[in-house]
Amino acid sequence: MNNVKCECGHANPVGTVLCEACGNPLLEEIKQGDSPLDMRYEGAARRSQTYNKSIIDKVWNFFSSVKIAVYMIVIVLVASIVGTIFPQEVYIPVPKPASIFYEETYGFIGKIYYLLGFHNLFSSWWYVLLLLMIGISLVVCSLDRMIPLYKALKKQKVKHSINFLTRQRLKAEVSVPAEWGSKLDQLQGFLKKRRYDVRREGDSLLAEKGRFSRWGPYINHIGLIIFLIGALMRLVPGYYLDQYVWVKDGETKKVPETPYYVKSEGFTIDFYEKEDLPEGAGLDNLQGVIKQYQTKAVLYENVNAGLPGSEPKLQEVARHDIIVNHPLKYNDLQLFQSGQRPKAIAALNMTLVNEKTGDKIGKFKIDLYNPQSEYKINDTTTIKMLEYYPDFEFTKDKKPTTKSPNPDNPAFVLNVISPQTPNGEKAWLFLGSYLPAPGTENIFGYEFSMPDLTNITGLMVRKDKSLPVIYFGCFISMLGLVMGFYWQHRRIWIQTERSLVYVAGHTNKNWFGLKNEVLDVFKKASIPVSLVEHGKDGKKVD
Amino acid sequence: MGRKLIELSSNLLLVAFILYIVASFVFAISVTGKRWGKRDEQAHKQRFGSIGFGITIVAVLAHASYIITRWIGQGHIPTSNMFEFIAFLAFSIAVAFVIIYLVYRVPILGAFAIPVVFIMIAYASVFPRTVTPLIPALQSYWLKIHVTTAAAGEGIFAVGFAAGLMYLVRTIDQSKNSRSRRWLEGTLTLVLMLVGFIITSVVFNAMDYKAEFELNIDNTKSVVEYKMPAIAGPQNAVLLSDSAMKPWFDAPGWMKGLNAAKKLNTVIWSVLSGLGLYVLLRLLFRKRLGQLLQPALSDLDPEMIDEISYRAIAIGYPVFTLGALIFAMIWAAEAWGRFWGWDPKEVWALITWLFYTAYLHLRLSKGWIGEKSAWLAVLGFIVVMVTLVFVNLVIVGLHSYAQVG
Repeated sequence: MNNVKCECGHANPVGTVLCEACGNPLLEEIKQGDSPLDMRYEGAARRSQTYNKSIIDKVWNFFSSVKIAVYMIVIVLVASIVGTIFPQEVYIPVPKPASIFYEETYGFIGKIYYLLGFHNLFSSWWYVLLLLMIGISLVVCSLDRMIPLYKALKKQKVKHSINFLTRQRLKAEVSVPAEWGSKLDQLQGFLKKRRYDVRREGDSLLAEKGRFSRWGPYINHIGLIIFLIGALMRLVPGYYLDQYVWVKDGETKKVPETPYYVKSEGFTIDFYEKEDLPEGAGLDNLQGVIKQYQTKAVLYENVNAGLPGSEPKLQEVARHDIIVNHPLKYNDLQLFQSGQRPKAIAALNMTLVNEKTGDKIGKFKIDLYNPQSEYKINDTTTIKMLEYYPDFEFTKDKKPTTKSPNPDNPAFVLNVISPQTPNGEKAWLFLGSYLPAPGTENIFGYEFSMPDLTNITGLMVRKDKSLPVIYFGCFISMLGLVMGFYWQHRRIWIQTERSLVYVAGHTNKNWFGLKNEVLDVFKKASIPVSLVEHGKDGKKVD
Repeated sequence: MGRKLIELSSNLLLVAFILYIVASFVFAISVTGKRWGKRDEQAHKQRFGSIGFGITIVAVLAHASYIITRWIGQGHIPTSNMFEFIAFLAFSIAVAFVIIYLVYRVPILGAFAIPVVFIMIAYASVFPRTVTPLIPALQSYWLKIHVTTAAAGEGIFAVGFAAGLMYLVRTIDQSKNSRSRRWLEGTLTLVLMLVGFIITSVVFNAMDYKAEFELNIDNTKSVVEYKMPAIAGPQNAVLLSDSAMKPWFDAPGWMKGLNAAKKLNTVIWSVLSGLGLYVLLRLLFRKRLGQLLQPALSDLDPEMIDEISYRAIAIGYPVFTLGALIFAMIWAAEAWGRFWGWDPKEVWALITWLFYTAYLHLRLSKGWIGEKSAWLAVLGFIVVMVTLVFVNLVIVGLHSYAQVG
C-alpha cells in the first residue's frame, strides 16, 4: 500500500486527511484554502473512506455510514409512530381475533393496518431486522471511527504546521511579548491550574484536557450493544420464562415449567378509606378506589422433582406478601401480582330432588376446580359426572366445548343412577339451571343453594436471566453518555515561530467555554490577545 | 391540615405563574428597551437581565414550595396525574432555564423560555386539580425517581426548543417569501393554538358551560358532556341541554368511541382560537409574527444561540435516557415483570429518544448546524408534547391514568 508523504516528511497511511505528524492537510485543494479545517476524527484514515473494492468493503462501508444509520433510526421512528395509532394485538381490549377486531373497530383503515402487519409491529421480522441492523451499524460505525481516532490522539505532537494552527476555529496571532520564556511558564502554570495536561517543547506547548470524553459515544454504543445482546439472550431456552398461574385461596398449585409450587394463603383487595388521605384533600368520593391487591403467598420446592414418577414432596422455600411493585423473588423466579377474581364461584352446592314428589334426596357439592367423577347421594343413589366444560361454549358446528380451563361458565353432563333409573338419567347442568335429555320424562331435578365463593389471585410467573446483562448495558451506556456530554475534549496550542506566537484552540463542544478559558488564561498572564473565531461556515466572526 | 396545605400550594403556584409572566416581560424589556431614551445599552441589558433573573429565581422558589406543600398535603409526590405532571414539567423547564442562563447569561433567552413555563402551568390548570389517591401500580419509590428524571430531561429539551425557535426567528429572512418563513409562522401559530386551547378551556370552565348529548354506542345509551360549545357533535346524538348551542356538523363516522367527537371538538376550538389570535395579532401589529419578534433578537449572535440550543439538548439527552428509558425499564420490571412491553407510552418515549438520537448524529457527524439543527430542536419538543398530550389523552395504555376530556 502506498503511503502519502507530507511536506514535513512524515509518511501517512492512505486515506489520511490531516498529516499525523504536523496536522497539515494532505489534499492540495484543502491545503490551499483558508476555511477552518475539518477536525473530525483528527483527519485520520478511516477504513470506510479508504477501501471500496470487495464485498466486505461494501458491507463495511454501508454499516459505517452515519447517514444510513440515521435513515434506519428514522424508519424505526416512523414505523413506531404508526404502531401506536391503533392498539397492538396484545393490548386489544376485547377478546376478539385480530382479523376481525381491526376492521370492525376502525373500519377500512383498520383492515389495512391489520393486513400490513402493524398490529404486531414490534415483533414483525422487518422491525426486528431493522433493530438488529442498527445494532450492527453501532459496532461498525464505532470501530471505523474509534480506532483511528484513538491512534491519532495518542500520536499527536506538540508542534504543528502553521497552516494547521491558523486554520483552527479559534485562533490568534501575537507578536512575541517581552520575557516570553517566563510568560509562557506562567501560561503553563495557569493552564495546569485549570487541569490541563501540558506538554512543552521549547517555546511551544500543547495543553489538553478531557480527552476521555471523546470515548463517550463509543462506550455508549458498547452499552447499547450489550443491551441488545441481553434482549436477544431471552430467546435462549431457559433464560426467559413467561407463565401465568391462577391460585384460589388456600390452594397449592404447581408453578408451570418449574419445580416449584405456590400456595395462596389468602387474596385481598384493599380500598382507600377516609383516613388514608389528608382530611379535605379535595376528594369527596373514595368509594371503590383500590388501594392494594395482595396475595399472601408461600413458595414450595418439590424436592422430588428430579425423580420421575414420584409423588411431589414439598418443602417451603419462601414466603412473601405479594403486592403490585413487590413481587415474590426466589433465586431467579419472580411471582407478580397481576390478576384477580374476587368472590369467584369455587364450588356448587346442589340438592338432588325428585321432580314428581318434590322429595329432597340428598345434597352434594361440585368443586369446580376439582370435580369428582362420582357423587354418592345415599346407599342406592349415585351421580356420575360424564362431562365437564369449565368455560362452556358451542363450537361452530354446534358441539359443546370449553373456551378456557377457568370455570367462568361451567356446564356438566350428569347421570343419576338409582333404583328407579338403573340405566341412568342424563341431564345437562348449567349455572342455575338444568336441562333433561330431550324426549325423556325425567324423574330427577336439581336445586341450587348458595355456592361456595373464593378469591382467586392471578400471579404472573417470570424468570429473566438476561436482566443483569440488560441493566449492565444500560449502566455502560449511561457512563458513555455522561462522559461524552458532560465533559469536553479541549486543546490549546501555543507555538512560537520567530517573532510570532500562534495560539489555536479546539474543542469537540462548548466553544463558548473554551473561548472564555483561553481569554482568561491570557488575561491572567497579562498578554493582550484578540481571539478570532472562524465561523462554522468559514466566515470570520470576532 | 391537608386541605390548608393544598390550598396554600395552589396559591403558591399562582404566585409562581404571575412572577413568570412578569419575568418574561422584564427579560424582553432588557433587550427591546435598551434604545429608550439615552440609556447605556449594555448597562440597561445587564440591569434588566439581572432583575428578570431575580424574579425568575423567586418564581422557581414559589414553584418549588408549591411542590413541597402539595406533597406534604396529599402524602405523595405531586406527579401522579396530568395536572401535577405538567406543573412539574413546567418546574423542570424553569430550573433548566436557570442552569443554562447561569452558563450563557443571555437575557433574551428568558423572553422565550419562560413563556414556555407559564404556558405549561396554564395548560396544567386545564386539568382537574383534585388529589388522586395512588393506584397500586404507582405505589413505588420509582414514581419519584422515574417521573422526576424524565420530566427533568424534557424540561431541558424545552430550553433547547426555545433557543432553536430563537435561532429561527433571528436568522430567517423576513423580506423574502420562503418555505422557512412560512414554516416559522406555522410553528408560532401552533404555539398560539395551545394558548387558544388554554384560553377557551378556562373561559368556558368559568362560565360553567355544559352541553349533554345522548348517543347510542354498541346498543347502549350513553351521555357525553361537552364543556365547550359543540361545533362538531357526536353522530346521531340528541342534544339534551336546552340552552346549549346546536352542533354545526356531526363528527365523521369513522371516529368511534364515546369521547371521540368531544376530542375532535376540542381540537377544532384550539385551532380556531389559535387562528383567531393569529389574525388579531396580525391586524394589531400589521406584521408577521416572525417579523414582530425579530428585532428583539437582532444583536444576538446566531452561533451563540445555536450553541445554546445544542448544549441544552446535549445536557438533556443523558437525563432523558436515564429517566424516561432506563428508570422506566427498571420500574416496569418491578411492577409488571417485564422491562419493556411496547405499551404506547413506552413506544413514544423511544420515539422521542430516537428523534434526539438522530438530531445528535446529524449534528455531530453530518454537520447539520444552524437552521437545520434549530428546526430539529423545535420539532423534538413537539414530539415531547405529542407524547404528553396525544398519548396520555387519546391513546389508551397502561400509562394513561389521566381521565380528562
